[in-house]
Amino acid sequence: MDELSARQLREKIVAGEVRSAEAVAKVFERIEKFDPEVGAYISTYRDEAFETAEDVDRRVSAGEAVGVLAGVPVAIKDNMCTTFGATTCASKILENFHSPYNATVVEKLLAADAVIVGKANMDEFAMGSSTENSALKRTVNPWDANRVPGGSSGGPAAAVAGRLCSAALGSDTGGSIRQPAGFCGVVGLKPTYGRVSRFGLVAYGSSLDQIGPITRTVDDCALMLGVIAGHDPSDSTSVDEQTAHVPDYLEKLDQPVGNLKIANVPKFNEGADEQVRAALDEALDVYRQLGAEVLDIEMPHLDYAIAAYYVIATAEASSNLARYDGVHYGHRTERPRDYVEVYSKSRAEAFGKEVKRRIMLGTYALSSGYYDAYYLKALKVRNLIRNDFADAFGECNCIVMPVSPTTAFRLGDKIDDPLQMYLSDVYTIAANLAGIPGISIPCGFDDKGLPIGLQILAPAFGEAELLRIARMFEANTDWHKKAPPLESVDN
Amino acid sequence: MEDLAYKVMVGLEIHVQLCTRTKMFCGCALGFGEDANSRVCPVCLGMPGVLPVMNKEAVEYAVLAALALNCEIAEFTKWDRKSYYYPDLPKNYQISQYDLPLGANGFIEIASGSGQTKRIRITRAHLEEDAGKNLHTAGDFSQVDLNRTGTPLLEIVTEPDMSSAAEVRALAVELQRMVRYLGVSEADMQKGHMRFEPNINLVVTKDGAEYKTPIVEVKNLNSFRALERSVDFEIGRQLGEFAETGETMQMGNKSTRGWDDAKEVTVLQREKEEAHDYRYFPEPDLVPVELKGRWLKDVRAGLCELPLKKQMRFVSEYGLSEYDAGVLTAERSTAEFFDEAVKAGGDAKRVCNVLTQVGLKLANEKDCSIVELGIESEGVAQLCGMVEAGDISASASAQVFEQMAETGKKPDVLARELNLIQKSDAGELEAIVNKVLAENAQAVEDVAGGGKKSKKARGFLLGQVMQKTEGQANPKVVSEILDSKLG
Repeated sequence: MDELSARQLREKIVAGEVRSAEAVAKVFERIEKFDPEVGAYISTYRDEAFETAEDVDRRVSAGEAVGVLAGVPVAIKDNMCTTFGATTCASKILENFHSPYNATVVEKLLAADAVIVGKANMDEFAMGSSTENSALKRTVNPWDANRVPGGSSGGPAAAVAGRLCSAALGSDTGGSIRQPAGFCGVVGLKPTYGRVSRFGLVAYGSSLDQIGPITRTVDDCALMLGVIAGHDPSDSTSVDEQTAHVPDYLEKLDQPVGNLKIANVPKFNEGADEQVRAALDEALDVYRQLGAEVLDIEMPHLDYAIAAYYVIATAEASSNLARYDGVHYGHRTERPRDYVEVYSKSRAEAFGKEVKRRIMLGTYALSSGYYDAYYLKALKVRNLIRNDFADAFGECNCIVMPVSPTTAFRLGDKIDDPLQMYLSDVYTIAANLAGIPGISIPCGFDDKGLPIGLQILAPAFGEAELLRIARMFEANTDWHKKAPPLESVDN
Repeated sequence: MEDLAYKVMVGLEIHVQLCTRTKMFCGCALGFGEDANSRVCPVCLGMPGVLPVMNKEAVEYAVLAALALNCEIAEFTKWDRKSYYYPDLPKNYQISQYDLPLGANGFIEIASGSGQTKRIRITRAHLEEDAGKNLHTAGDFSQVDLNRTGTPLLEIVTEPDMSSAAEVRALAVELQRMVRYLGVSEADMQKGHMRFEPNINLVVTKDGAEYKTPIVEVKNLNSFRALERSVDFEIGRQLGEFAETGETMQMGNKSTRGWDDAKEVTVLQREKEEAHDYRYFPEPDLVPVELKGRWLKDVRAGLCELPLKKQMRFVSEYGLSEYDAGVLTAERSTAEFFDEAVKAGGDAKRVCNVLTQVGLKLANEKDCSIVELGIESEGVAQLCGMVEAGDISASASAQVFEQMAETGKKPDVLARELNLIQKSDAGELEAIVNKVLAENAQAVEDVAGGGKKSKKARGFLLGQVMQKTEGQANPKVVSEILDSKLG
């Protein structure tokens, strides 16, 4: 049962062949056995999960209608608000924060009869690329316990890879879904900005943040996206049905895309490790064999993506995180002398190093006298990058890139070198700046047995075709079928 | 102290609370005086993960007001975050408008006495969300009430075009009347619906040279009176200070003073304008707004004749006194009711008298507006016509008016029922006059005798006629008959 995809599991549950409660029991068995080592979850909800599972089972046996994720155990990143448990963002400042409302995606999961088994670990406030910035928990890569799972959605990716849930939701501001999916050998999709409601997603970089699925297969990814996509009146930046229809992502998933033109950006990929580049070349060969045309293009402004990103994302973050001040909720310092100390001490005590670094960077970038030189210039770069993509998509269906320049690095390797850490997002950040969708799918392993991811980028709201293109690869390769050897970790 | 010649320069920063059904960016109802933190939701509390959703009604109200202020309306506008830390601001940033306000370069006309008006330029008008309130009533800690948080505010900034406290007051009063006419704000100063912060300084002439005194911003003004007094106080204070120190306006020496309503003085709050850096940047959670086309046309259709214009028309077109025109135009509904009654045939001055002397008094007693008394404007026109025609006396019209409100009946019906119709039939009245003259030979003689006695006797005879007709004779007609009889 571990190896059933979410979609297969749902079908068996609906057919009465498997009970959701059994699937949930199996997941909790694995969580108990492996999560002490993996550390994917900040909190789990056994009672609530069984309650939902049993309700689904009862309705199935009574012949009642059930949702498209009926009985499927899922995990969500701990930056999505839930009325059950805490919503911590892996931060001391929200360690005991209980949300009075559910994020829209949580409501949608529940409406689809998904079973939320737990809230998964992450870099504090989604700031990081290794999940090492979590103030509450350490997560390791299920493929190698000495290595990071990637980040910031390291918990959800490790949970999916480790079969500690069937599917998960992560969030991606600069690669936080795709990079950990790549590091953990699973599928991760960052949808188009505006495709999925951000209401209830604790904001990091508001103009970049997007929630998306992390799954073991492309069809699970399509299934999950179908559940969470669509306009939300509570999120003005979510796009309405008239502007961009939400199609049935599963309907044509197995139909290969004809006349497929794939763009490669060889110059930009030079910085990636040799094994990563080799895997990318092999992936292109797979597509060629499937009849695709591969063209080499240049995207002159991608080199500036990281610089622009770390201005825009931190500027927005400095403002978004201003509310954690110890006044209204969250951690408050003991015995402040005055209200200014409530702010300064509460924040000094409860924010981690990387969060402070980014708040300071962003505050600086927005300061009077520096705004034009940093923030405004970064917005201009962002536009140039958007134009690069628009030009590229005039000639091709999609663009392929590595997900990350390396495979999963060792725990502790980059934690004291923020610039090195930032560079691990070099291939993923542009999609967030341009607002376009990007997917990471397994495309091989390096000589250490660590997964390598293939990133495919598509035009805005082109998720349906993007998933089909990803599915073409998946249908002709076996990489996604490999599971990490967790049993050995357990010994 | 030598006498210094000076000019006063006052600009206003004004916040007007819009009376929308819900808050600026969430579904909470607006309130005043409810239990603390009872009108809040995750969005206006700034909980993690929430997003604002723009209230379209607030944008409509704001644009309507900006149009009335003769502003250019921005076709493309957007929202910005203004960052500062304060406990009554849960997100620690305020959603406001920075470089693209929805309205700019407008003006407002204010009355400047004896039928003249003065134009005060409006720099900009933009929408933003209000903060909550910090309460310092308990022990050694403060509390925060966030009911007001997120209430839509229209911020209006004027140029420093006002040159006296009276002009500042006139602008405030005019703006209050205007936003009430437009129905976009209740504009109650005591409830904080309108907040005025004057920026005051002087241009002093000394030894042939002009010197500008440092700008002072005054806060904590809760009434028109406080606003006016504070400006007057500042003029005197700044003049004295200039004479003493000679300090002039420079970058960074603007100060903020608070108005002490009891002592009627301004008190220094912030010595030097702190170098505030609000770190404005575009609000990424909201999409830009386009104000044009059909939508703008519909909003523009909500404009009406503005109160000052109406007031001046009442003077020029109807010959009303400025005072009466001011009373009638204080509220839009009263002014429009007056206009309708005149259009229905009522004599303007007569209608004015009925409305100002009877109507407003009655409305005041019933704590409602004139239109809510249940009287139709045609009825008032008819009532005024009856007085003009001499069918009823002016004093009886008050009684009829009250009964119209009470019963909803027409004035002619009421006048008959109440026996208030005057006798104006000359033939009938002449017979009565003849009888009175016959019965009072001494008085007739006295009238003929002239002098002081004559006037008194004539009055007596008129009184006798009125008595015999039980007060229903038209005194004007009786007077004419008496005149013809007594020569």
